[in-house]
Amino acid sequence: MTGAVPTRRLTVALACLLIAAVLAADVIADPPNHHAAPAIIAFGSGKAPTGGFCGAAAPPMK
Amino acid sequence: MTEAMITADTSIRARNGVANGFALLLLALIVAIGLFAGLRFGLMLAIGIGIGLVLEGLRFGFAGPWRAMILHRDPAGILAQLLSIGLVAMVAIPLLGGGSGELVGAQGQIGWAMVGGAFVFGVAMQIVLGCGSGTLVNAGSGNAVALAALPTFAIGSFLGAYHLAWWTDLGAFPPIVVQGVSGLGITLALLVGTAVLVLVRAAPGTRRIPGRYVAAAILLALLAIANLLVAGQPWGVVYGLGLWAAKGATAVGADLSGSAFWSLPVNADKVRASILTDYTSLTNIGLIAGAAFVSIRRPGALDQPLPRLPARAWIAAIASGLVLGYSSRLAFGCNVGAFYSGIGTGSMHGWAWLIAGFAGSALGIRLRPRFGLEPRR
Repeated sequence: MTGAVPTRRLTVALACLLIAAVLAADVIADPPNHHAAPAIIAFGSGKAPTGGFCGAAAPPMK
Repeated sequence: MTEAMITADTSIRARNGVANGFALLLLALIVAIGLFAGLRFGLMLAIGIGIGLVLEGLRFGFAGPWRAMILHRDPAGILAQLLSIGLVAMVAIPLLGGGSGELVGAQGQIGWAMVGGAFVFGVAMQIVLGCGSGTLVNAGSGNAVALAALPTFAIGSFLGAYHLAWWTDLGAFPPIVVQGVSGLGITLALLVGTAVLVLVRAAPGTRRIPGRYVAAAILLALLAIANLLVAGQPWGVVYGLGLWAAKGATAVGADLSGSAFWSLPVNADKVRASILTDYTSLTNIGLIAGAAFVSIRRPGALDQPLPRLPARAWIAAIASGLVLGYSSRLAFGCNVGAFYSGIGTGSMHGWAWLIAGFAGSALGIRLRPRFGLEPRR
């Protein structure tokens, strides 16, 4: 008699659980503040973007 | 109905039921984030889910098409990538040249670290057969190798960002960005030139783009443009992963003040804030969720058994994740942040990334079988 073979159901479930765990831990530690929410879209908001991005210029050495 | 037909029908109903439930969950998450964090952030999650749906639903990506070109001289995927980038550029470059300051493009400093990072990323992405977006989409669709690489990808991104200033100090030009009508002309000319080069190298009978790739290219471009308009910055992947690791590090007491990158006000603020207010984190979560939904809906997708790989294959996957994360920070992004968004927003580092990353991919394809990651025949 062969045992059950793990399938992608397991890894999809693990991926979703991993994301859920990251979100839960983050919301508990650093809950978002909707009072500080920006305009619905940046274009036309009149405000400079404040997000972090991998394609931003490197900082100088400290 | 026969018994087999009844069983199949029940299975389809069950699969659709799970998929519908998952879709409702995602919709609820979008609404919840919109209400509790801000509408913009709910929109960003929706954009990320859309990207995941497109990449997994239409089986489009970056690492696979490069592999197809290198191994089989099949240009279809690369041509679709160039088409998509061109569509983004036609909107993004003029908008960025408008000078309102509401939008920023990708910028990277071409130098030893950037080129070396892109080359190493190209090697590693072919070992795990997934780039930044590819690793997320593959993990979401149940690919165990990608799931194994994902945590170390995040750690590598965090560490690469931590050391970025040191590496860039080895020597780099200031960011070179083309703007306005001339900048768009230069970008489109380079894209067309690259496409011609690819077509010349293509094998006979392959010089066409399948309809689903054209659809993917157009849809991806629309979503990338939406990302720029909503967030004010281009689509990216690696920053968000590094941020998760940075938050984890500070949660266990690490002091990031010694890092020029993580002590920058914009990044320090992100470490202290919720990831639900970080655009790249939201699109990353969306990519995983969108890919998961497609896999749940796709008949038989989740019934595939997990691969039986030797231990060295799993070690290679985990190590490759670390290398992917670290090298992509040195390269100012992965296929998405540097190649796709870089070129699409006029940054010349995107072109340097393409050349170095492609060269690295050629080596990575040769190395992959040595780690036992090729499927058994």
